Amino acid sequence: MRQLSRRATLALSAGAAALTLTGWNSSAFAAAKEAADDIAKFTGGKTATPGKISIELPEIAENGNTVPLAVTVDAPMTADNYVSDILIVAEGNPNPGVATFHFSAMSGKAEASTRIRLATTQNIVVVAKTSKGEFFTAQKQVKVTIGGCGG
Amino acid sequence: MAEKPRLKLPKEAKKGDVIEIKTLMPHVMESGQRKDKDGKAVPRKIINKFACEFNGKPVFTANLEPAIAANPYLQFSAKVEESGTFKFTWTDDDGSVITAEEKITVS
Repeated sequence: MRQLSRRATLALSAGAAALTLTGWNSSAFAAAKEAADDIAKFTGGKTATPGKISIELPEIAENGNTVPLAVTVDAPMTADNYVSDILIVAEGNPNPGVATFHFSAMSGKAEASTRIRLATTQNIVVVAKTSKGEFFTAQKQVKVTIGGCGG
Repeated sequence: MAEKPRLKLPKEAKKGDVIEIKTLMPHVMESGQRKDKDGKAVPRKIINKFACEFNGKPVFTANLEPAIAANPYLQFSAKVEESGTFKFTWTDDDGSVITAEEKITVS
């Protein structure tokens, strides 16, 4: 068998890298679109203003099976002005939906935390709805070393 | 497979306090994405809904998706104005419901 020249090897690996990249991009694109649909359904087509939300997530998650997530929305939480719902979507998961939290004025704080599964490195998007019908959004990227969706 | 949920919240509080409640429900949260060794998909089985009520009024509810990790852990807060009972409900995909109650004294 003829030995591959250094140049040929480089070209091959570059080609392979390009292939995997495009493959990954298209699936990520589809999931991101589904995530966008979920958000549109939640907001009823209104645009969410960035801000007011803080997302606590590790920058790098070694194990995608259980990633701690905490969401806090800056809101007074009084009877006539509180955060009623929070939607969490993971753009790179097979099903982008993660959870929807519903609060009441009795919640005291618009804050909740849980542990989530992440398939791959991706953005987590959080959208909050207030009792006045305003929408706020924030997002954060997590790098995942080992995905958490089995296979 | 009704396992006992774990709850952590104060037994006593002052009127108007915002208390922190932690819950953990032992459950596999099978996502429906996994395949067994024969290549067949393992059917989805998760807790899809969690609710917390105080004296019959809703405090916090959550709709959960397969992206919630096994043994779903939820932490949230509640503002207490009077003594009473927190009631927690977990609903499984198969329709079974697990409930738990915890009393709090508010002074």
